[in-house]
Amino acid sequence: MRDYILIFASACVINNFTLFYFLGLCPFFGVTGRLVTAFRLGLANIFVMTITSLAAWVLNNFVLTHTPYLRLICFIVVIASSVQFVEMFIKKFSQPLFRALGIFLPLITTNCAILYLALTQTNKGYNLFEGLIYAWGAGIGLTLALVLMAGMREENELATIPNVVKGLSMSFFLAGILSLTFMGFAGLFHEG
Amino acid sequence: MNPKLKHSLRLVISLAVAGLCSGFVLVGVYKGTQPRIQRNRAEAIQKAIFNVVPGTASTGALRVENGSLVPFEGNIGATEERLVYTGLAEDGSLVGFAIPGDGSGFMDTISLIYGFNPQQRVITGMEVLESKETPGLGDKIMKDDAFRANFAALPVEGGIKGVKKGKKVHPNEVDCITGATISSKAVISIINDSNEETLPLIENFRMPAADQPSAESEAPVSEVGAADSQAEGGGQ
Amino acid sequence: MKKDESYDLSDAQRELIKGFWKDNPVFIAALGLCPAMAVTNSLRNALVMTVATAFVLCGASALVSLSRKWIPKQVRISIFIIIIATFVTTVDYVLQAIAYDAHKDIGAFIALIVVNCLILGRQEAFASKRPFGLAMADAVGMAGGFGIALVMIGAVREILGNGTLLKDTPWMFSVFGPHFEPWAVMVLPPGGFLCLGALLAWFAWMKERFERKKQPETAASAG
Repeated sequence: MRDYILIFASACVINNFTLFYFLGLCPFFGVTGRLVTAFRLGLANIFVMTITSLAAWVLNNFVLTHTPYLRLICFIVVIASSVQFVEMFIKKFSQPLFRALGIFLPLITTNCAILYLALTQTNKGYNLFEGLIYAWGAGIGLTLALVLMAGMREENELATIPNVVKGLSMSFFLAGILSLTFMGFAGLFHEG
Repeated sequence: MNPKLKHSLRLVISLAVAGLCSGFVLVGVYKGTQPRIQRNRAEAIQKAIFNVVPGTASTGALRVENGSLVPFEGNIGATEERLVYTGLAEDGSLVGFAIPGDGSGFMDTISLIYGFNPQQRVITGMEVLESKETPGLGDKIMKDDAFRANFAALPVEGGIKGVKKGKKVHPNEVDCITGATISSKAVISIINDSNEETLPLIENFRMPAADQPSAESEAPVSEVGAADSQAEGGGQ
Repeated sequence: MKKDESYDLSDAQRELIKGFWKDNPVFIAALGLCPAMAVTNSLRNALVMTVATAFVLCGASALVSLSRKWIPKQVRISIFIIIIATFVTTVDYVLQAIAYDAHKDIGAFIALIVVNCLILGRQEAFASKRPFGLAMADAVGMAGGFGIALVMIGAVREILGNGTLLKDTPWMFSVFGPHFEPWAVMVLPPGGFLCLGALLAWFAWMKERFERKKQPETAASAG
């Protein structure tokens, strides 16, 4: 049980995918204008990550043992397909959300975080359940980062900021401070 | 429907062609680079063995089979198996073992290898192979000579303990790096865990005579191994 | 959609140069941010990543541009991805073979080149619609701009965070001397964000100054 908590906490806060590994930065800086949209994109990401984790496990254990060099292509195809699937799903069940997410929904395919998830799950040799915990930890961590960033940026809309720092530059400073804060989680687990 | 069918066929064919070409290229690249990559891996491991087992002239490898160590005959750069390496003197006699270990450090996984002398039951050296610890602090486990000197003749009886710098009293204690306690302790616990797993296997291991052909030397090792595990009452 | 596809040298030059500064992928278009942050903790890593990305970008652009007449529109993204992934896997294995140590540091991010929005974006927006020469000029320009950005960030982070340049290479030299106390946060994740933020702010400031110099009357009235 402790192992599962460790995997989850590690992926979620200690080694947060966005603030520690620099993954998923495109949506992080692109979609965090509005809190609600950021949150829903985070949920879409979690869904895609779950599917990817399962597919990665299946591929690794049954297909890729014979052809390791096809790993990258197979993962990418799986990710692209699941994103397509999620897109169709959202389009059918929530038109407003589909419009709100706009271009960033298909861009989940190029979200480095999801590919990185598949690759590290492979390298660390997680079994099916561990892989899922890892995916959920990573997805929730990603959503957490998105939501925090969106919250900060919404607050900043009404603040007076020097002209040179406006826009992307300010977002980076905010991200830097957020990342610094999350570093505080680093000593959370350690053997005595 | 004919033009539509033709169109769909065209889509499928272009995807298939792209996939096939890609497959061919990748197979070629893979086969072409594997020998070099395996050589690099083997060289990196061998360099580490020379560093942690002083007096080594050549190296060997052992793998775990049915709870005992047997000679590993393959390419050490090619296998994914966890091996225990041996440092051999010029006459082929055993100088010491080089045991790999990994575990979580402060930032990420630490991967290291350390030397072990079975007669004196001491650790003869430690080298960190891979780490992503805090630069300037935790990564001193790789660079700080004083820290590494701790491992030059470190007895393992009772397990290794980490203590604050300057407070070392007993021989099996290690001075941790100031400001990098967690990384230092991670190294120590990796070694302790690895010892727990590997030292019993080493105890049961008998080095095959160096100048006998491998077919003959297979017999004594497995014989001794089988005899020992029978005597132990089948531990694992 | 048959337009005149001939071009001359000045067209090619324009496509090449735009990637360096005006349309710099990292500083202006905010593409390829993930590697820009992740591998710039040392100058060597930044350079290796630049070379790898340049190889993939130029190779993919070349192939896509040459075969653009045969790629059907509906499956073009999938085919671009297959091409890019093939190049990336190739780079991964070649790097392991010729620079094993460098690969240990940045191996994970080599694989992530395949989802670098920059490469897919250039194929979709440019290489699939332009003749070979222009596509190559664009690819080289974009790769160059990407490299410039990575080298800038990497150099600053390494100098401040380690006091050296080109560490882990035979050409390493110490910028501040042995008594420099490195500002460790610079080579850690927060430092990456802060550094890029500072660089962007600096560019914005330079741009403002440049524009103010061009139109002194307007600036004076705006006060």
